[in-house]
Amino acid sequence: MKKEPISTGAEWTFELIERYDREIARIAAGYGLDTYPNQIEIITSEQMMDAYASVGMPLNYNHWSFGKQFVETEQNYKRGRMGLAYEIVINSDPCISYLMEENTMTMQALVIAHACYGHNSFFKGNYLFRTWTDATAIIDYLLFAKNYIRKCEERYGVAEVEEILDSCHALMNYGVNRYQRPQPLTAAEERERQKAREEYIQRHVNQLWNTIPQKETEQKTTEQRFPAEPEENILYFVEKNAPLLEPWQREIIRIVRKVSQYFYPQKQTQVMNEGWACFWHYTLLHGLYDEGLVTDGFMMEFLHSHSSVVYQPPFDSPYFSGINPYTLGYNMMQDIRRICENPTAEDRDWFPDIAGSDWNETLHNAMRNYKDESFILQFLSPALIRELKLFTILDDSEKPTLGVSSIHDEIGYQQIREDLSAQYNLGNREPNIQVYNVNVRGDRALTLRHYVHNGQPLAEDSEEVLRHLHRLWGFDVHLESVLPDGTVSNSMHCPPIQTDMIQAAI
Amino acid sequence: MSYIIDRRQNSKKKSTVNRQRFLKRYKKHIKEAVEDAVNSRSITNIDQGGSVTIPRRDISEPIFHHGPGGKTKRVFPGNKEFVVGDEFQRPSGGGGGGGAGEGSASNQGEGMDDFTFQISQDEFLDFMFDGLELPYLVKKQLKNTTQFETRRAGFTNAGAPEKIHIVRSLRSAQARRVALTGKERREIRELEQEILTLEARLPDEEAAQQIVCLRERVEELKAHIKRIPWIDDFDIKYNNTIRVPVPSSKAVMFCVMDVSGSMTQSIKDIAKRFFVLLYLFLKRNYKQIEVVFVRHHTHAKEVDEQEFFYSRETGGTIVSSALKLTAEILEDRYPPGDWNIYVAQASDGDNWDGDSNICGDLLDAKILPKVQYFSYVEITTGPHQNLWMEYEKVHAKWEDAFAMHQITDASEIYPVFRKLFEKKTEGAA
Repeated sequence: MKKEPISTGAEWTFELIERYDREIARIAAGYGLDTYPNQIEIITSEQMMDAYASVGMPLNYNHWSFGKQFVETEQNYKRGRMGLAYEIVINSDPCISYLMEENTMTMQALVIAHACYGHNSFFKGNYLFRTWTDATAIIDYLLFAKNYIRKCEERYGVAEVEEILDSCHALMNYGVNRYQRPQPLTAAEERERQKAREEYIQRHVNQLWNTIPQKETEQKTTEQRFPAEPEENILYFVEKNAPLLEPWQREIIRIVRKVSQYFYPQKQTQVMNEGWACFWHYTLLHGLYDEGLVTDGFMMEFLHSHSSVVYQPPFDSPYFSGINPYTLGYNMMQDIRRICENPTAEDRDWFPDIAGSDWNETLHNAMRNYKDESFILQFLSPALIRELKLFTILDDSEKPTLGVSSIHDEIGYQQIREDLSAQYNLGNREPNIQVYNVNVRGDRALTLRHYVHNGQPLAEDSEEVLRHLHRLWGFDVHLESVLPDGTVSNSMHCPPIQTDMIQAAI
Repeated sequence: MSYIIDRRQNSKKKSTVNRQRFLKRYKKHIKEAVEDAVNSRSITNIDQGGSVTIPRRDISEPIFHHGPGGKTKRVFPGNKEFVVGDEFQRPSGGGGGGGAGEGSASNQGEGMDDFTFQISQDEFLDFMFDGLELPYLVKKQLKNTTQFETRRAGFTNAGAPEKIHIVRSLRSAQARRVALTGKERREIRELEQEILTLEARLPDEEAAQQIVCLRERVEELKAHIKRIPWIDDFDIKYNNTIRVPVPSSKAVMFCVMDVSGSMTQSIKDIAKRFFVLLYLFLKRNYKQIEVVFVRHHTHAKEVDEQEFFYSRETGGTIVSSALKLTAEILEDRYPPGDWNIYVAQASDGDNWDGDSNICGDLLDAKILPKVQYFSYVEITTGPHQNLWMEYEKVHAKWEDAFAMHQITDASEIYPVFRKLFEKKTEGAA
């Protein structure tokens, strides 16, 4: 039942790509992979660098930081210090994948399997993407954003717009709603509603800052904070409440936070997303091989690339730069399949509910309903911990030395699993900073609170970020670091408070 | 279900705007780097692009993140001999101590090194010549001096013998021969066919006679074909050239340099750099520019660029020799009506005593009336000598067209260069 191989040489042609795509699609459908339609675009390496520089999006507004990124990428690429990724894939409908023209036929097939069927099905299936992003609208929205910002530059000057964007970028990570689902954004609506929104917000803001005296009785009520509940989305808060911003400035803040929100799921599912895509390119291309559609040479080249992608250098290697998400994700996916197909006694003990179940269904279930943090916590098996030889280092700044707190042994499995999971918890990685209060009746100062986690202080350049926030807010900005027991451990101010300056002078 | 699109023809330079904005933002840094390069580079590669280094802290984009400290745990792969409870020193440099899994724990080996990148030759020169402009050129630029350029434009039937295009000529001769002999050759073919059929009937008296008859006719036709000339007058094609008017704003730059014995190597180096800057500047600003290099000791000589900068000669100093030569060349080749004339002179200020006033006269009478701008740089650390005194008089008289400046060491070249050629107000001269 062996068939003729689709191709034997390294050169690719459009016909061959089409043929491979058809075959891979057929096999993928056999495994029940549900994808958006694919739009495969062949680009040159220069175009790939362009795509890199605008955070992987096919179009984006103009900003110097993208230029910096581009210059750096170009420099590294030309010096041969880094290779470009073989592909970039965009969470949109249709799902756009970029293939570089330099790739061999094998690489193109690998990329098609990886991006067009792996990542694509992840984008369509995973709950975070389903909840937080609207794949059909993103390209239109970016076009709207690009045009809007260009118009602002024409009307108010490039420098003016750049200042706002700089400040927004500094706070980009704090421009996402972590819990509340955002409205799906569509570009057409966006344009229609944008004008109305401008007017409405401006009126709303004016009401908040209304200086016409209120009735005496209201003043006597106990001091109320505004906002009543702390607000995690700082950019949202600024957009809606900053007293001095122009309508177009509010719109730019909104654009930045919408883009930030779009990337929020990607940050939380890197391990799963890459693991899923690697697992499927491996499985799909083996499917082709089993049917005799590809040659042995094809498989050798494929396996060579595959194994270098999922290689994890040990911690003491000069190439070590943290845990490789491809390795971790891919191994976990394969491990789940192993647990389903050939469970050991240990697996039955640890994973009674999935050991021996249908592997494809289990994997799909994992893909749909987890993010990195919960995925690791749920599915990292002792067998894999042993295979990767994971261990935890505890760094307590109050102790003079680092300590090994867990290794891959019977008592360590549970702990390592928790430690690794915590490492992927965005809440642990980024300082928890929220809008705490605005002095509405007084100097309009904005107070942020940093809820200290594990005693980790803020980095030194936080003051720089405060300056950006000060630019947006227009009045004094304070940042208090609060320990779990409620005491304020440290505070920063922008502009610096005079007593601080006097103390510093003394 | 899948669409495959070839995007390779799409525009490549999508990032150009962003890149330019980045360069603009760090203009100050880049300019510093460019000026360093101008001062320290050797002449031959001064106009190449260059690498620019910016301290990384200056271009970092701040975000809230955890600083070192507190209690963090981090999972590592590839354990070899560690067991629970092992303790060891913190690695210096703080890499391991930082926030767990924080992106800033540089994954590029380079870590927090400075940010270095390349700028192209064009960008390098842009920064180098930023804000500079040759004075008063605008005035004459607008004047519609047209120059003609000879260009090829197809083929004609008339022309000079040296312009004969052989392939075209033979081709047309052959075409003519084919056209003129078509009827005869067709007839020959028919007759020969007939002869063949008649030959089949041989031996037959009548047929044999007819064959002879036909053969005669064939010979006759062949003779006729032969009479057609192999090549004829009107076969001959000539390359055609036409004169196309090329609008131009022509400028000529005289570089005058002293290479006498009193010029030490370091002074020559400085002078050379001044001219290199000038030369690059001109090459960049004007498409139509001629540069005349005049070097002198006791005698002046017009040389090419290579010789001007790189050959070595020594001797005494008579500046007027160079000025005289310059004036002659001006007279001969560059009528001031057609040319914008610029002269730049570099010297150490040394001159034979009796010569300086001759220089002054020459400038006054023959050179300055014709030139747009004359710049003189004196490269010396010592006191000014008689040439400078003389030139000061000239300067007083020709304030708009004559500029002079002193350079003491290499780092001053660029500022002085800028000063000499800084943008003049539009109304001047």
